[in-house]
Amino acid sequence: MTNRLSAPLTELAATLCAGGIEVFARLVTAVRAEWVGVEPVPGKRVYYANHCSNGDFVLIWTVLPDPLRRATRPVAGADYWTATKLKHFIGRDVFNAVLIDRTGEGPRERPVELMSEALDEGSSLILFPEGTRNLTDAPLLPFRTGLFHLAEARPEVDFVPVWIENLNRVMPKGEVVPIPLLCRVRFGAPLRIEIGEDRDAFLTRTRDALLAMSPEAAK
Amino acid sequence: MIPDLVTLLLWIGVILIVASVVGRVLRMRLSPNGENEGIENLVARIRAWWVMVILIAVAFLAGRTGVVILFALCSFAALREFLTLTNARRADHWSLAGAFFVVIPFQYLMVWAGQYGIYSIYIPVYVFLLMPIISALRGETQGFLVGVAEIQWALMITVFCASHVPALLTLEIEGYEGRGVLLIAFLIVVVQLSDVLQYVWGKLIGKTKIAPRLSPSKTLEGFLGGILSATAIGAMLYWITPFTPVQAAAMAFVITIMGFFGGLVMSAIKRDRGVKDWGHTIEGHGGFIDRLDSVVFSAPIFFHLTRYWWT
Repeated sequence: MTNRLSAPLTELAATLCAGGIEVFARLVTAVRAEWVGVEPVPGKRVYYANHCSNGDFVLIWTVLPDPLRRATRPVAGADYWTATKLKHFIGRDVFNAVLIDRTGEGPRERPVELMSEALDEGSSLILFPEGTRNLTDAPLLPFRTGLFHLAEARPEVDFVPVWIENLNRVMPKGEVVPIPLLCRVRFGAPLRIEIGEDRDAFLTRTRDALLAMSPEAAK
Repeated sequence: MIPDLVTLLLWIGVILIVASVVGRVLRMRLSPNGENEGIENLVARIRAWWVMVILIAVAFLAGRTGVVILFALCSFAALREFLTLTNARRADHWSLAGAFFVVIPFQYLMVWAGQYGIYSIYIPVYVFLLMPIISALRGETQGFLVGVAEIQWALMITVFCASHVPALLTLEIEGYEGRGVLLIAFLIVVVQLSDVLQYVWGKLIGKTKIAPRLSPSKTLEGFLGGILSATAIGAMLYWITPFTPVQAAAMAFVITIMGFFGGLVMSAIKRDRGVKDWGHTIEGHGGFIDRLDSVVFSAPIFFHLTRYWWT
């Protein structure tokens, strides 16, 4: 009974919360999307991006046009997003995240399975192939292998490199108050895994494509 | 105030309608499929002008509170653009947060309250001294002076100077009670028209570049034509000001000159940082600072000249 009553309420709360998050993100960053190598049209896509800040996927989510946004799910660590009731609500009901066990306790192929399932259901994904936030001075950490395994499992999927610019300055590590600064999100040309392409070749190719979207590469 | 304000807004409406028609015709003739970048930019600019004029008109009709809120938001957007291009360091985090969330609200609250003794020294004195202390407490010395100086400069331009536009409302001029928003209208209309007219004159007869390294589009002919025609318009607008026609012309001359050089200074910063526009928030114009630079440079001078001789 309570469940039947609370479902529409939860949905309403999630919609309001999503609106609030978008307004806040735009107020702080005036974020602008640049669709350099791909158009904002539906498709089976994995948006893979550099990861410097907790707000990274929020920014990508904000610049996606509404129909795309509803069909796009961020991939995130289950340990973080199930820690509290509020995080659980935001992770599951607002962003509809694909939650992945990062502790290494579950079976190793499980994350790829979960992501493949989401793609099969018609969703696109937001993924951070570095696996963790980049707090170093290097522009991009080496990629984990997850991206390759996902590409192998679903070779028909487009991998779209997405460079998030400046958000690490808005929210540096360990700070609570964000500094309003302009941010840009650049979408590059999609890549697919080639027949017989091995792990290192694919990861190098996707990583280079992402680096090519950074402002340093543009100079 | 209201009848004169309505008359002025009607005139601006007429100018914008003419501009929109000209833009539409030019586009039909020269850029039917959006192939001429200059025309497309012109059309986008005119469209953005409509939005800006409507926003300003609404703020004017809402009175002092509306104008103060509008310019506080402009300061917020301009500071956001400015600091994006600086070297702001991790160690300056609290100074930066304070700039946005303490300095802007306090400065505009004081302007709203008409506290001249506070808002005219708050940023140049108090913030100037307190902010480096906050940054120093982090103990990080590398790039210290650059970081602190950039934040102070950003605040002076985008908050202190910009807040002198709504501060015009607090001036008590004899025989001009309740007409303060018209003084703001005079400043904005003259300075912005001067920008537009410099562009138009420059396109029509511009040959001699004034500062090719800073701003390749600025020409001597555009400069003279724009300043002189905007000064003439300023003189014709004397009826909305407390000035005589000659005084209005002199004021218009001063603020257009300041506006021109303000644009030049802000261009120098853009070139230094290797960007073409300050931001991307206003379609066709670039960022807030691209549109506000001339107003920001002329507002404090206009404010103090008026305050010194007319109050």
